Amino acid sequence: MLFPVYTNRSDPFALMRSMLRDFDRSFRPLASPSAFPPVNIWQGAEAVAITAELPGVEPADIEITVKEDVLTLSGERKAPEVPEGARWHRNERVFGKFSRAIRLPFAAGEDQIEARFTDGVLRIVVGRPEKDKPRKIEIKAA
Amino acid sequence: MSTAMSRSAEKTPTEAPETTSGGRVYRPLTDIVETDAGVSLMLEMPGVAADDVDITLEDRVLTIHGRTSTTRPEKFELAYAEYGEGDYERAFTMSEEFDPDRIRAEMHNGVLTVTLPRAEAAKPRKIAVKQA
Repeated sequence: MLFPVYTNRSDPFALMRSMLRDFDRSFRPLASPSAFPPVNIWQGAEAVAITAELPGVEPADIEITVKEDVLTLSGERKAPEVPEGARWHRNERVFGKFSRAIRLPFAAGEDQIEARFTDGVLRIVVGRPEKDKPRKIEIKAA
Repeated sequence: MSTAMSRSAEKTPTEAPETTSGGRVYRPLTDIVETDAGVSLMLEMPGVAADDVDITLEDRVLTIHGRTSTTRPEKFELAYAEYGEGDYERAFTMSEEFDPDRIRAEMHNGVLTVTLPRAEAAKPRKIAVKQA
């Protein structure tokens, strides 16, 4: 991290902002994922997409519900079945029930939601309702 | 093992070496179970298809590499991120010899299960010490 000497004296906080930006980049590359499953949220003009990493969860064990603008993702990750007398060398994965609520930028109807699960990654696309879309207003000539 | 997931283990990026493409390489979370028949490993690799996994066993070092293709949806901008996408790699030094031809691997819902059956030759042989 090198901080250049700013020649622009009109903004005394420019250096501080630059330092804070570098600090954020090097120490917090991502929002802190304390909850399971970790989600990424994508925004588009026509829809919002939510992707979540759910390795080891059966698609039948995932439940997605929507109530107005809150999408709830819940389910259970079952522990693998191991034969009796097996010795655990490493146990880094976590199992059990999970639930997460995500607030959407608009109220979505259930029929505008599409969910797909491939290779342990869940992708939900929530379409933006027509009434929420921006309306273009034409300017009439006077 | 609790019934509710109070904490969340997370995959961490590996430090070195860097990739030539500039992408991150993550260390998959792994469970390892040993039975009398052999050892099985369960690695969390979400986003990796069965064809994109490389498993090698050389000099008792088992290396597992998984390639992901980015799931960036078209016409979407990332607004909030809790996880990163990248390849997966992890290597384990096995405590005994395994027959590389008998390793079985299966990918299911983003979890790779690698089963190493114990080799016949690796079963301990007792060597009698003769009295001189």
